[in-house]
Amino acid sequence: MPFLEAVGRFVLALLEGFGRFCELLYRTLLGALRPPYDFRALLDQVVRVGVDSVPVVFLTTLFTGAVMALQTFNGFARFHAEAYVGSVVALSMLRELSPVLSGLMVTGRAGSAMAAELGTMRVTEQIDALVSLATDPVQYLFVPRVLAAIIVVPMLVVLGNAMGIGGGYLVAVKILGANPVIYVENTFQFLRMNDLWSGVIKAAFFGGLLSLIGCQRGFDTKGGAEGVGRSTTSAVVTGSLAILVSDFFLTKVLF
Amino acid sequence: MGGGGATGVPAVRLTDVSKAFGGKSVLSGLDLVVPVGTSLVVLGKSGMGKSVLLKHVIGLLRPDSGRVEVGGVDLWAVSARERDRIRRRFGMSFQEGALFDSMTVGENISFPLRRHTRMSPAEVRDRVAECLELVRLPGTEAKRPSDLSGGMRRRVGFARAIALKPEILLFDEPTTGLDPINTDALVRVIQHLRESLRPTAITITHDLKVAFSIADRVALLESGRIRIERSPAEFESSDDTSVRSFVRGDSSLDEEAVPLEVSR
Repeated sequence: MPFLEAVGRFVLALLEGFGRFCELLYRTLLGALRPPYDFRALLDQVVRVGVDSVPVVFLTTLFTGAVMALQTFNGFARFHAEAYVGSVVALSMLRELSPVLSGLMVTGRAGSAMAAELGTMRVTEQIDALVSLATDPVQYLFVPRVLAAIIVVPMLVVLGNAMGIGGGYLVAVKILGANPVIYVENTFQFLRMNDLWSGVIKAAFFGGLLSLIGCQRGFDTKGGAEGVGRSTTSAVVTGSLAILVSDFFLTKVLF
Repeated sequence: MGGGGATGVPAVRLTDVSKAFGGKSVLSGLDLVVPVGTSLVVLGKSGMGKSVLLKHVIGLLRPDSGRVEVGGVDLWAVSARERDRIRRRFGMSFQEGALFDSMTVGENISFPLRRHTRMSPAEVRDRVAECLELVRLPGTEAKRPSDLSGGMRRRVGFARAIALKPEILLFDEPTTGLDPINTDALVRVIQHLRESLRPTAITITHDLKVAFSIADRVALLESGRIRIERSPAEFESSDDTSVRSFVRGDSSLDEEAVPLEVSR
């Protein structure tokens, strides 16, 4: 029964991967609580994950907000609901697009970099060297990266919210000729604080997810330069899928 | 220098250690005792699991079965924190140095000091300079690992390994891939380290010249076990077929190397 065998092997691999993820999550949590606390390394990662991701998040959300305004304006014009374009852009940016797109961009930028860096450290025995120097590599390498991503991705999302709304405003007012005062009023008319928080909480979750996956893929790298390449790819693919899938469940369960 | 085994607990003892990777057996029932203060060199062909053996000694790998004891303590019967405490008694040098490439040479060497001691920055700086002096690379603190040659990287790796004044030094292929002059320089550094620190040392190599210039005892690893362990002189004159094929570099004496030849 080669088919059943293949199915079984697939399920086993899936469970094994999930088990490994949980084990490393546990070790990261333990490492975060135990001394030594390495604030310099945390700050370093905040810069690398956060500050360096600002340009991509800036551009992505700006143009997404712009295209949202363009599309909804075209659609809403068909039933004379142009007045609600601002609301739709703001709501969908805050609740959905800004967290998910920022998460995906940070996965591509920082998650992949984590996998590549830890993968290189693995194949050049630097991780073994850490252990031989009586240093827990999960605490030393994972904790600052995961904490930094949890702190920084929500901040990027707040920036993304502003950029998305700004992009929508530019298109609606400057290109489609909407009234600026009414558009702005419209944008904030139906927003609640919960819309902001739901996006920010999602973002923190995505940050933890993408960084842990990036670190794990790098940490478990096997087989030289080729292995590092595979880990990097896998970090981006798995991280992106994890964000998209968990986004649905988070939205469904929490908000 | 050798001997001393009867006086107390050996520095390192491996008992019946077996390890397989993906069904392929690498170590099978390996026994090894290293008395305190002895310099043991383990010889063996490439791909025979020499590095795997060394990684078991410091607990980088966990044996499938068998015991690894350091100073009489079973590495895998204690907590992870206790294991880390035991690891501070080791200094390990890796094949390519395994320097942290995000740090300078000085930061590499001071890493264990900053992490495991309460030394002041000035004391750390002095100790780093002292370690670099010992490996004959004084004044290179500010360099990056990528700016160094292969032999220099390894010597910095030595310096990092000795920063905490370990009792047991582990050298994984210290000279592999180096030219003869660099090899000689490295051997001198190892001899110098031994004289000044008097540690227990385990060195993995396939270079006989290196082995005989730093060993009190020489062992041959074959088929996942220690085939024989002798003093350098006894090893060289041994009439064991594996030893002779290794010492002479003659593959016709080796049972495994030439599968086409039926006669032994």
